[in-house]
Order: sequence, then structure tokens, then C-alpha cells
Amino acid sequence: MIPAPFDYHRAASLDEAIGLLARYGAEAKVLSGGMSLLPTLKLRLGSFGHLIDISRIAALEYIKEEKGAVRIGAGTRQCLLERSDLIRKTFPVLADAVPLIADPLVRNRGTIGGNLANGDPSNDHPAIAIALGAELLARGPKGERAIPANRFYKDLFVTDLKADEILAEIRMPLPPPRSGSAYRKLKRKTGDYAVAAVAVQVSLNENGSVARAGIALTNVGPTPIEAADAQKFLVGKTPDEKSILETAKLAAKAAAPSADRRGSVEYKIDMTRVLAGRAIKAALERARSQK
Amino acid sequence: MKHHIKVTVNGAVREAEVESRLLLVHFIRENLRLTGTHVGCDTSHCGVCTVHLDGEPVKSCTVLAVQADGRSVSTVEGLEQGGKLHPMQEAFTEKHALQCGFCTPGMLMTTSALLERNKKPSEQEIRQAISGNLCRCTGYLNIVKAVQHAAEKLS
Repeated sequence: MIPAPFDYHRAASLDEAIGLLARYGAEAKVLSGGMSLLPTLKLRLGSFGHLIDISRIAALEYIKEEKGAVRIGAGTRQCLLERSDLIRKTFPVLADAVPLIADPLVRNRGTIGGNLANGDPSNDHPAIAIALGAELLARGPKGERAIPANRFYKDLFVTDLKADEILAEIRMPLPPPRSGSAYRKLKRKTGDYAVAAVAVQVSLNENGSVARAGIALTNVGPTPIEAADAQKFLVGKTPDEKSILETAKLAAKAAAPSADRRGSVEYKIDMTRVLAGRAIKAALERARSQK
Repeated sequence: MKHHIKVTVNGAVREAEVESRLLLVHFIRENLRLTGTHVGCDTSHCGVCTVHLDGEPVKSCTVLAVQADGRSVSTVEGLEQGGKLHPMQEAFTEKHALQCGFCTPGMLMTTSALLERNKKPSEQEIRQAISGNLCRCTGYLNIVKAVQHAAEKLS
């Protein structure tokens, strides 16, 4: 399969990419790892007059701890997240999730920024970013702005990014002591998207009650979904089997999937409930085992 | 829009004028006539088009040729050195790790890259590493054995 013709522009810096984006406007599309964009072009599900390649901008690939957050450059490839000790130690939810994204060869090219900015509800990073209370840093001709992940997703493939903006960085707040996170995903096979998946991060008070809960859902609606009612229910409780199951039920209520080859609406909602229960349990266990 | 690209392929610098939309796999097969790299699903699932881009295995059906400009690419033809098969190629023949052979170039590229990073992978690590390479003869058992065998030979 061959994409429709387009012009290719390789940006050497983020500023150059923003300039190119300003020049070509609505005809342009930013190319990061290309693991979703190139198949889209090849299958002719979409076409763009100009591709602006940001994948050679070395300054967009970093993972660092700074000012109370882990900052990840948007161009950071999945394989580097997978190998990062800082990520493994700080965000077990990512250690759970990243090895389940596509396959190892795709993870050698695909980036966290592309995964987030694409606005595809079947991608895994959006729900994780929401559960972690992350901020997405957009850069445009007028400067930078930070967008909370839970306000980034507007509709199917529609994000808060303006046409002249590029996602530059992801900022994940360092979790307080007694925090734990987890990702639980059901998928049919390697390379497939999730039937459903749930990202959870909990932070506990000294007495073991929940201080903060982030719960978000993958691929059970037109956007990634923050399970706000479930989060609210869990906060203040000292979770036991019963309240975990109740939280999981509330999380499943937030799901709005459509039926496809991965399953019926009822099946996906019920799997969301099961996965939410498992993710909450795993996150709590990790939070409680933290000294 | 045409681009002049310069790619080091199996150690030799190759130059060409390419269209923006030319895929790396087509550049390799059609421009360079290196047909060891196969096209299978063409949707980045099957892994038969796997090549090394700056040493890392990637699916060349989902990379643009122009993106390889200034970088180095190795294909299955580059595994053999000085008339001697790569230890992974030897291991695949010794352990009967192929039936129809269609997935073999991709499997060789993925597994040879694995041993560059991990000298002694466990069975689980081997299986995870090849999870993006499909063998429709389902000869995975012997492929895993071959990788283990190559790892032993190299150690």
C-alpha cells in the first residue's frame, strides 16, 4: 500500500517544526514515530499535504526528574520508557502498560507524545496520563501552555491542541509517599488494541485511607474516560473488598463503548468492571507496600 | 517533492532521489534490489519487513525511505560477513527454525538485534522479543531453540 502524495519536511528543532506548522496550516500533520500516522496514510484513511517530521529532534527525547515531576519529552520512544529505571520505580502503571503497547518493533519507533496527541481512544497513554494527573505541555508560536490530561481529549481524534501547536512534554507529578499505580488491559493478541483497559493511581494517608485516586479508562468510548464518580467514591475510604468492587462498578458505569469485533457493549462494560477491580487492587497493594 | 537521500545500507553508502511517500521497504527491495526483506501484511503487524535502523529492529513498511536519510540500515543480506553466515543464520539451519521461510528474514533481524542487547535471553525474553514477528507455519518452538543455540555459540 502506498500513501497518497505529500511533501515531507524534516524539522531539526521544535521551533523549526512550529514554523513549518504555521506555514502549512491545516494541510500539515506532525509525524513523530509514525506508528499510527503511516498506517493511516497507507490505508488512505487520511491524507495530508505536508508531513512535518519531528522524530529526528534529539532534544525531544528525555526522561528526567525536575521540580516535583517526571518530565518526559514528547519524542521519547516507548522502548526508552520500557528501559527507564526512573519510570519503573516511580510509575509502575507505565511499567505495566508500555510492554503491552503494540509490539517491541513498533515500540522502537512509537513515541509517548504521538500516542497522546493522536487522540485515539484506543491508545494507552491517555488514560494513564489522566490517572496520574499529568499535564501536557503544548508549544506554539505564542509560547507554551500546560493542559491537564483530563481536559485534553474533546472527541474522537479531537484534542485541545490548536492547529499551530505541538505537544512538547508530558509532566507527571511525583506521587507522594504511600502511592501506587497499575494498568490492567485485556487484549486479544499482540499488536491489537485493548478490548478495555484501566489505569489507576492511588495515594494513601498515613492511616491507610485514600487521599487521591486517579482512575481512567482506555478504548471504551470516543475519548479516554476519567472515571470521576469512581474516584470520588474511593477518596476518604479505607478500601476493603466491598468498596473496591463498588468502585469498580462505578468505573464501569463511566464506560460508553461501542460494539465491534472486540466485543459487545455489555461485554466491554463488564470487562471494564473486572479490570478496574484488578487495577485498583494492584495499585493499593503497591501503595501499601511502599515505605 | 523529491528528496536526495544518502543511506548506509549493509555498510555501503547508497544514494537516490526518492519521493516523500516512498516506504523504506520499497526503497530496499525495488531501488536497491535487496529482496531478502519481505513485504507481508503491509500494516506493521507481521514483521517480515524487519530491518535494523541504526542498529535497532524496526518494521520497514512503516518507515519512509526519506526518514532513513543519513542513517544506517542493515538487512538480512548484511548478516553474512566475509562469506560466513551469521551465528543466528547457522543456528536457524541447525535447529530447523524455518519451514516456508517467509518470516525468516524478519526473525533473523529481530533475534540478531536481541542478542546485541541481551547476550543470554531467557525463553520468555526471546518470545517477547519476537512477539511482533509472525510465523504462520507456527514454528516458534524451533525458532526459540535456534536463538538459544546462537546465544550459546556467541557466549
